[in-house]
Order: sequence, then C-alpha cells, then structure tokens
Amino acid sequence: MKEMLVILLSAMLVDNFVLSKFMGICAFLGVSKKLDSAAGMGAAVTFVMICATIVTYPIYTLILVPMGLTYLKTVAFILIIALFVQIVEMFLKKKVPPLYKALGVFLPLITTNCAVLGATILNIDNSYDLGQSVVNSLGAGLGFTLALLIFSGVRQRVNASDSPAMFKGVPATLIAASIVSVSFMGFAGLFN
Amino acid sequence: MVTTYVIPALVFGAIGLVAGVLLTVCSKVFEVKTDERIEAVNEILPQINCGACGFSGCSDYANAIIRNGVPTNLCKPGGKDCEAKISALMGLENMDITAQVAVVRCNGNCNNTSNKFKFDGIQSCKAAERFYSGSTSCSHGCLGYGDCAAVCPQDAITVVDGLARVDKAKCIGCGLCVKACPNRLIVVHDITNHVDVCCSSTELGKIVRSVCKTGCIGCKKCEKSCEFGAITVENNLARIDYSKCTSCGKCADACPVHAIQSCGVSAPVPKAAEEKKEA
Repeated sequence: MKEMLVILLSAMLVDNFVLSKFMGICAFLGVSKKLDSAAGMGAAVTFVMICATIVTYPIYTLILVPMGLTYLKTVAFILIIALFVQIVEMFLKKKVPPLYKALGVFLPLITTNCAVLGATILNIDNSYDLGQSVVNSLGAGLGFTLALLIFSGVRQRVNASDSPAMFKGVPATLIAASIVSVSFMGFAGLFN
Repeated sequence: MVTTYVIPALVFGAIGLVAGVLLTVCSKVFEVKTDERIEAVNEILPQINCGACGFSGCSDYANAIIRNGVPTNLCKPGGKDCEAKISALMGLENMDITAQVAVVRCNGNCNNTSNKFKFDGIQSCKAAERFYSGSTSCSHGCLGYGDCAAVCPQDAITVVDGLARVDKAKCIGCGLCVKACPNRLIVVHDITNHVDVCCSSTELGKIVRSVCKTGCIGCKKCEKSCEFGAITVENNLARIDYSKCTSCGKCADACPVHAIQSCGVSAPVPKAAEEKKEA
C-alpha cells in the first residue's frame, strides 16, 4: 500500500510529466489558455493513460516479450493506443453521451500525445507489474492535470499583466512555464 | 534474415489487421443513430459557424431546432431562403426574418482625425486601445488596426484610410465584429435601415470638434428635424431608434457635421460641403 502511494505521489509531483519530464508540452501550452478546457484535457489524458496502460501491458508481456520484439514497443504502443482511443470514442458516443460531450475534442487529440505513450513505456522500463503500472499512470495523469490547472491560472495572470513588448505573448508564457517547472523541482527530495 | 525481418513484419501485420477488423466491428456495434432531419437542417444552414444564432456553430443550432423546437429564424447569415427551407422541412409556417448588416459608427478616417502619437506596439485594436486609448485623436473612434476585419468570416470589412468599412453586399450580419471592437463601434441592424449616426463619441461638442471634423457634436438639429421622434440626443450623441425610423434621411440633411449618413454612402465629408462651410 505504502509502495503504491509512493508511486502515485512521485509520478504526480516528483516526476511530473509536464514540468519535470517535459512530455506533452504541446497540449500543455495549447490547452492551458482557459481553466475549463485545461480541466477537460487533464481528465481526458488521465482517463486515456490508465486505459492505455491496461491495454498495452498484456500486449507487451504476452506478444512482444515471447516473440523477442521488445525493441519495437514504441511502434506497437502507438498502434494500440490509437486503436484504443478510437474505440473508446465510439463507445462513449453510444453509451455515455454526457462524458463524450465533456471530453469532446480532447479525446482524438490525445491519440498521438507523447505523454500517454511516455507513461506506457516508462511503466515497462521501470518493470512495474500491472497494478503498479496503473497507479503510476493515474499519478502521471493527475500530475498532468495539476500542471495544466496551475499553469492556466498563471497564464491568465501573465496575459493580464503589462509585460514589456518584447516578452508579450509566447515568450512570457514560456518563461512562466519554466518558472513553474523550477518550482516543481522543490519536490525532488520528497522520496528516497 | 527470416527471424529479423519477416517475423516482426508478420506480427505487426497481424496486429494491424486485428486492429482494423476490431475498428470496423466497433463502428457497426456502436453506431449512433441520429435524427436524419438534423443532418438535413445542418445541410441547409450556411456552415460558417459564426454563432450569431446563439449556439456554438451550425450543427449545434440544427440540433436545437429539431430537439428543443428552437425558432427557425435565428440564422441571420442564411436569411430568408434558409429559414423558408428549414420551415418547409419541419412542416412549420414561415417566420419573419430581415437580413442584417453591420455598421461602423465612426467616420474618423485620416482625413477627418489626426494622430496623437505613433503607436509602435502590437498592431491590433485591442493593444492600441489599452495604450492611452489608441493613437487616433478621438478616444472613442475607430482605431484602424482591423481587429474586426480579422474576425470577419466573409472578408466584408476593410480598413480604408485608418477606418473600418463594411461591404454591405458581403456582410451577413453575424455580429462577430461587434465583439471584436474594443471601442464598441459596430452595431448590427436591419439592412432596410439606411440612416446611421456615424459617430460614437460622448464627449462635449467642443472636444469632438477639436479632434474630428465629422463627429457628432450633440447640437440636436437632427432631433428637431425628425418627424417621427426617432432621434434623441443622449450624452452629447445622437441615437436613432430603429423601431420608429423610416429612413427618410431628413436628419442626414440637417446634420451640420455630416455625422448622420446613409451607411451605404458613408464616405468622408464631401468636398463641396467642406468648402462651403469654410467660405
């Protein structure tokens, strides 16, 4: 139990996907303009990360390892995740329309998100079992959501403030992102 | 050779095949049946997704018409044709709809106003407006950086001599430009109204006169000239009540600064009039 908690929190804070591993930056910068879209994207990413882990884990252990094709896991995982996201989208549209509406355009956007692929591959690299993998993905997804929510707040303040002309827009956003990232380094010594 | 190249290719071919079959099966199993009228209504709508109807895009409006019985006359860009087709499809009676057009309530082009300073910042009206209300001498007037032109889905707005101009033939009355203008200069009204107050300045006449040759000075001549009581001057600015206005044009003749004009011909102050005044 304690081990699971450590995995969850370290994936969320210490190894935050966006702010420490710098994965999923495109989504981080693209969707963090508004708080509600940031929350929607975060929820969608968390959901897909967990499900992708559950799907890719057996593919890896049951097909790629026995065949000696582990070096092709990136290709295999992209294929599986893309397939999976499409099926989930169809399923939600039919069975859970409110959730489909809430996740909206974010679901297809995630198909090729590097954070999702990163989460599944890191689970394999850390040689986690299925339970640990799922917890790690949950932590990664929550960390992603947290980063997006925090940054959407920061960004609104940055946009409203009167920054020098040469920093206005993207430069100010990137500098703000780096400062938020530095602040997350404070979590580095949390677990030993 | 076989183990290095063929086996991986076969395995991935198999995975791809299974994935393809799975997707096909799922698309059949999870097929969502939609009301075909929604699709039909959506096809009638102009598909410019301007949001003037109050819904997020044409398909959302089509959905609302079918599901919630929303009136069929909300699509301003589609106009009469579009409304008639939808009503026919739904078996409803036709509803009234008048084509709308956007009007820029300012005449301050570079002939009529001057610049307070040279603005070197981000070349947009929003940015200019936040910097000492823009560089044009009138703080209520058109800033001329074309934020409205940028959002126009029909390219109906052009900035001529530092003043936004609407091409009535192209304008569909969607109202996106209304929201884009930081000075709230643009209004959308029925295309049948031909007279507009081409000024938005609420300053005293003396101040307006000092910054713009053709701004409304609040002299109330138009108010007196109107037989229908359609014009009132509030806060030193004439306002037309379009429910009473008959577009007779008497106010336009009475206005000493040519602030009231037909928006079709709202050009800079005619030269003849200018000379007459000076003489």
